[in-house]
Amino acid sequence: MSGNALSPGGRLRAAAGGIRWYLREISGESAYDRYVEHASLDHADAVVVSRREFERGRQDRRDAEPPQRCC
Amino acid sequence: MSLRTILIWSGVALLGAVAWGVIALRRDESISALWLLAAALGSYAIAYRYYARFIAHKVLGVDTTRATPAERLHNGVDFELTDRRVLFGHHFAAIAGAGPLVGPVLAAQMGYLPGTIWIIVGVIFAGAVQDMVTLFFSMRRDGKSLGQMARDEIGPVGGVAALVAVFAIMIILLAVLALVVVNALADSPWGTFSIAMTIPIALFMGFYLRMIRPGRVMETTVIGVSLLLLAIISGGWVAESGLADTFTLSKETLVFCLIAYGFIASVLPVWMLLAPRDYLSTFMKIGTIILLAVGLLVARPLLENAAVTDFALDGTGPVFAGSLFPFVFITIACGALSGFHALIASGTTPKMIEKESQVRLIGYGAMLAESFVAISALIAASIIDPGLYYGMNAPLGFLGGGDLQAASEAIAGLGFSITPDQLAAAAAAVEEETLVGRTGGAPTLAVGMSEIFSTAFGGGGQAFWYHFAIMFEALFILTTVDAGTRVGRFMLQDTLGNVYKPFADVSWKPGVYVASAVVVGAWGYFLYAGVTDPLGGINQLFPLFGIANQLLAAIALTVATTLLIKHGKLRWAWVTGIPLAWDATVTLTASWQKVFSDDVKLGFFAQRQRFADARDAGEVLAPAQSLADMDRVMFNSAVNGTLAAFFALLVIIIMADAARVCLKAIRAGSLPTTETPYVRSAIVAPAGLVPTDAEKREMAAAGAGSGSHRRMDDA
Repeated sequence: MSGNALSPGGRLRAAAGGIRWYLREISGESAYDRYVEHASLDHADAVVVSRREFERGRQDRRDAEPPQRCC
Repeated sequence: MSLRTILIWSGVALLGAVAWGVIALRRDESISALWLLAAALGSYAIAYRYYARFIAHKVLGVDTTRATPAERLHNGVDFELTDRRVLFGHHFAAIAGAGPLVGPVLAAQMGYLPGTIWIIVGVIFAGAVQDMVTLFFSMRRDGKSLGQMARDEIGPVGGVAALVAVFAIMIILLAVLALVVVNALADSPWGTFSIAMTIPIALFMGFYLRMIRPGRVMETTVIGVSLLLLAIISGGWVAESGLADTFTLSKETLVFCLIAYGFIASVLPVWMLLAPRDYLSTFMKIGTIILLAVGLLVARPLLENAAVTDFALDGTGPVFAGSLFPFVFITIACGALSGFHALIASGTTPKMIEKESQVRLIGYGAMLAESFVAISALIAASIIDPGLYYGMNAPLGFLGGGDLQAASEAIAGLGFSITPDQLAAAAAAVEEETLVGRTGGAPTLAVGMSEIFSTAFGGGGQAFWYHFAIMFEALFILTTVDAGTRVGRFMLQDTLGNVYKPFADVSWKPGVYVASAVVVGAWGYFLYAGVTDPLGGINQLFPLFGIANQLLAAIALTVATTLLIKHGKLRWAWVTGIPLAWDATVTLTASWQKVFSDDVKLGFFAQRQRFADARDAGEVLAPAQSLADMDRVMFNSAVNGTLAAFFALLVIIIMADAARVCLKAIRAGSLPTTETPYVRSAIVAPAGLVPTDAEKREMAAAGAGSGSHRRMDDA
């Protein structure tokens, strides 16, 4: 984000956008959007499941692979 | 290299050198804690810029044209291309826990200098190297675990020994971490109430995310954290109210609560308790670490601790026995070198990495960040009055059972002074009943942090900050206990599955219950033994935990060195070989002393013998108060001594087996490994945090196709 041409306000908005992007990515909140994008791009005929169904599947898979946490 | 780059790096080197100079040369006057931070940051920057780059390019030979498992096996489930900055966050959150906070606090008994040197030098040459190299080798093997790599690359003997070692070490780790929480919460209605409230808060978050707002993690976390802060504040009201007695629990009661909690958390679905608790604890962890760094910069505290104490040399310190070598290197594990990280670096991270060149940022870089946390913890422990430090960290038995007058006299016996009134005032300032004998590191760190925060942010509020810090530590220790119990359960089920098939199915209910009970029972046993040990559980168990963690590091470094040699890179084998030699020397020396030393404070079996002799003579030796206490000491010491010997033996077996393979490889020049074959990468991504000009051009040339998985690009 070089942002040389941006005004101070633009820069601030860009920074806020960056933080929002980072938080959505790291919390996994953007996973569904990515799934929808991926499904419509590569498999146009695939059925896109609802967010509720998608998140449920994602959560249930974590049962077999819980987050690793160290000391 | 441009002039600007040269000037910047000369400045960084100069700053680091001046800071080291101040730390080394200024004596007899207290120095500012900022010098430690400057020495650390300057050294990290140089090491990352030069040494990590050398390892990535010369030693490992990262190849930006080679597709990573995330690219080749992309399935949107476990193999998923993840932006390097996001993966850095995930990896850091996974490796950073209570270890780098607790170890340095205990090691402050030796003074601030030994710990500082080990944390900085250790991370640069050992810890960060281990993490990066393990990550690289696992990435080249589709994300194989450390145990699998030991079996495939060394042999079945080494493989089985590694598997057993990992499981046993995890049990001790969980017990010690749980012990830290018990010691922090015992007889503290404020702390106990706040932590107890995290269970309903996490359950609420779990149901909210599942039923009401699927996938809205940020919104849920904001609600959760607000409730958490409310829980900390209301803890103060509860402690003043009629409910105080309900939440004033003894250590024994807390042990049973934790065991029951650990079991339930292990059998419940992840979404209900574990996942939301993980969101909370990760948020609190990162937030508090940033807050602490800012607090240190603003408050600029002076170090009250000596640079090197007498205990470092004569080994008679009350917090843990043994002298500087080898015990400083055992006590500070996480933050300098932590074997446990090898499990994370060979877990999910290698399956998510975009580019081989990113192992430097994620493996080496994240460990540098953890080391920074360790330095901050060492500072927090070193700015509090030494009299108070020993009053909190010496075992209760040594301090005369909790009476302030007796404690003051015992501390005077160590050569430090604090009056009973001052002890009482320190406890009153954080609204605790007493601070005497509050071992485990967490309360000490909380006192240090509350001093830093209340100075930095004004307005006093020491009691709030103290309980905020306790909450922060207990929260993520409990998350580790949850996650660790579940991982242990999976390992056990996997192993039992070889004997009786259904066990291998991780959703087969009887298997879930049996394996959970065994894992919880195992760490619960050590936890209970630690809590009831008259000699002080932390004093006895923490060295065992450190030894276990460092022996795991020895296994990881052995696997890494073996692989370098098998790949025909004998001339670079020193990169992991030297830290391995150092780690093995330190850890086996410590194991040797814990098993064979005649010193009753140090050797587990000498200790057992002394109490056995006294018991035969019908005597009761202090700090034991009854014959039953005597039996307990004898039994615990025998168990601990046997474990120390067992861990060391396992690691010796693995190293001997690896030496055999290495010799074979040296004779042959190289040996085939299980590395997956080269596949050309179709994506372009930067290696470091900030893309270089060349990388920007490459990404621009590759166009939109390369970054389709990313929402926002760098340029």
